[in-house]
Amino acid sequence: MDNDHIIIKVDDIRRNFTVGGETVHALRGVSFDIRQGEFVTIMGTSGSGKSTLLNILGCLDTPSQGRYILDGADVHKMSKNQRAVLRNRKIGFVFQNYNLLPKTTAIENVELPLLYNAGVSAKERRERAISALKAVGLAERLNHKSNQMSGGQQQRVAIARALVNDPVIILADEATGNLDTRTSFSILVLFQELHARGRTIIFVTHNPELSAYSSRNIVLRDGRVVSDEQNPRMASAKEMFDSLPTDDN
Amino acid sequence: MKFANLFKIALKALNNNKLRCFLTMLGIIIGVASVITMLAIGQGSKDSIKAQISEMGSNMIMVHPGNMQRSGGVRPSAEAMQTLRIADYEALRDQSSYLADVSPVVNTGGQMVNGNNNWPSTIYGVTPEYMDIRKMSVDEGSIFSESDIKSAAKVCLLGKTVVDNLFPDGQDPVGKVVRFGKIPFTVIGTLTPKGTNSMGMDQDDVVIAPYTTVMKRILAQDYLGSIYASALSEDMSDEAQTEITEILREQHRLKADDDDDFTIRSQQELSEMMNSTGDMMTILLACIAGISLLVGGIGIMNIMYVSVTERTREIGLRMSIGARGIDILSQFLIESVIISVTGGVIGVAVGVFASWMVNVIARWPVSIQAYSVILSFIVCTVTGVFFGWYPARKASNLDPIEALRYE
Repeated sequence: MDNDHIIIKVDDIRRNFTVGGETVHALRGVSFDIRQGEFVTIMGTSGSGKSTLLNILGCLDTPSQGRYILDGADVHKMSKNQRAVLRNRKIGFVFQNYNLLPKTTAIENVELPLLYNAGVSAKERRERAISALKAVGLAERLNHKSNQMSGGQQQRVAIARALVNDPVIILADEATGNLDTRTSFSILVLFQELHARGRTIIFVTHNPELSAYSSRNIVLRDGRVVSDEQNPRMASAKEMFDSLPTDDN
Repeated sequence: MKFANLFKIALKALNNNKLRCFLTMLGIIIGVASVITMLAIGQGSKDSIKAQISEMGSNMIMVHPGNMQRSGGVRPSAEAMQTLRIADYEALRDQSSYLADVSPVVNTGGQMVNGNNNWPSTIYGVTPEYMDIRKMSVDEGSIFSESDIKSAAKVCLLGKTVVDNLFPDGQDPVGKVVRFGKIPFTVIGTLTPKGTNSMGMDQDDVVIAPYTTVMKRILAQDYLGSIYASALSEDMSDEAQTEITEILREQHRLKADDDDDFTIRSQQELSEMMNSTGDMMTILLACIAGISLLVGGIGIMNIMYVSVTERTREIGLRMSIGARGIDILSQFLIESVIISVTGGVIGVAVGVFASWMVNVIARWPVSIQAYSVILSFIVCTVTGVFFGWYPARKASNLDPIEALRYE
């Protein structure tokens, strides 16, 4: 695997919003590169611009100024529809509140992104959904409906959904925010496993504790990057998880 | 984006809300079913009226003596009732160019006797053309000839009711001699049964004889009861009536400012009147049914709007994983079309069933129109697209970031 391959290139990104006649500068010139195989946490308090940055990285929004190149594609020049297709092929989203379809089975939820890709046959869709669910440890719950699963299981389904289109980047937005500590760590374990298998992950959070479990930590404040540090000694979420008391005792 | 995938997505979404989906559909079902049933009832009654009229002869024209318009409710004097003569009949027969057949009619009631069997009936003195005008035909035997008319021969044809009552043991009446009052008649034929007409009159309780026989041998009168004629076609009925008026006024030597001393009635007038009533009924029924279809369509729109609002987060998610605006638009449009078309199909079935029930239980004539089925089907598909369009557009124009945060 080529670890020097740059997946994301952000160059002096600015984003302004006009709210009630006043211009709000959510991002005031953000630049960084993310290489393949990195596990990056982006941290910041609310109002730091991390949500805006996430929306731009996720191709849901475009910067007012500056360049954003995702896997060689100039996102800031793309139309709305082109960005939709790009999201479908290159990005996997994991949300804080899972965003699964109600009354729908795990497998159908995971298949969803592939339904918007005409190149994938029904058979292939199912196979890929099953293997994605196996990868997140839900092989036994393929046909469980979303409302019959715990929060941790639902988040695993959501991660499987993010994996199913084989994205170049997984964007997690406070992915452990709705979960208790133990379940949070089990999800972190899963992210570390995916990272170990070569996935590129961006994990946006306001929780400073989590930075220890990633390979790189970017901190935002008032729309600017205030710190960007590699973490050569990544803590093992598995060890932490094992040390936590189980619910049984 | 494959259409099959979109269809699958829409179907799954509908499946998640079966009851709501069915209730929305109900509006369309009721709308379509009522359109079909109402038009079937309207058309059915029109058809049956038409059938009854053409049974009587749709291009029949009747000329009666006396002026019924002028006399109003007062019974015309005996003199006024004697204005139609044989010469009038002959003039109409020889001079008219719009009439197919003309026949004088003189009729009188009396007792028909065959041995011990009695039956009160009416004897009609006519020419053989009368059979064509009234759409009657000879069952057994034959009609009387021109020479029978000239000689006022004592021959007759019997209707089925008369035959049944005079020959209860099932004998063949042809060739037998029966009496009308005291006058013996040779039966030369029987008439094909026609059954009861729309007014409930038995059309088989008749005796047909040459008009000369009835005039000279029974009534001893020299004027006609009426003249029956048939126009060449239904469309020529108006011209035929004008022509009859001209010929008879000439015959009767009426001055330009004299009123007619006869009255012309045509079956077509009757049929037009009944048709226009029928059409009005049908239009009225169709309007009511159309309104219910419209209400059904608004129901779809309402539900789709609620659905879009309720599923804002879902729409945001779909957009974030790569659904384009057109995909979202198509999904919601397909959902509303599925609702309306499925509702339409069920509505057609219910409508056909309801029409059949109306026919069986209420005994109303119904006639299901292919055009009403096709029309209501097209209307409900269009309804689905039309009323689904705005909610679907609203959904597709959502901003994914906003939609994902929607609570």
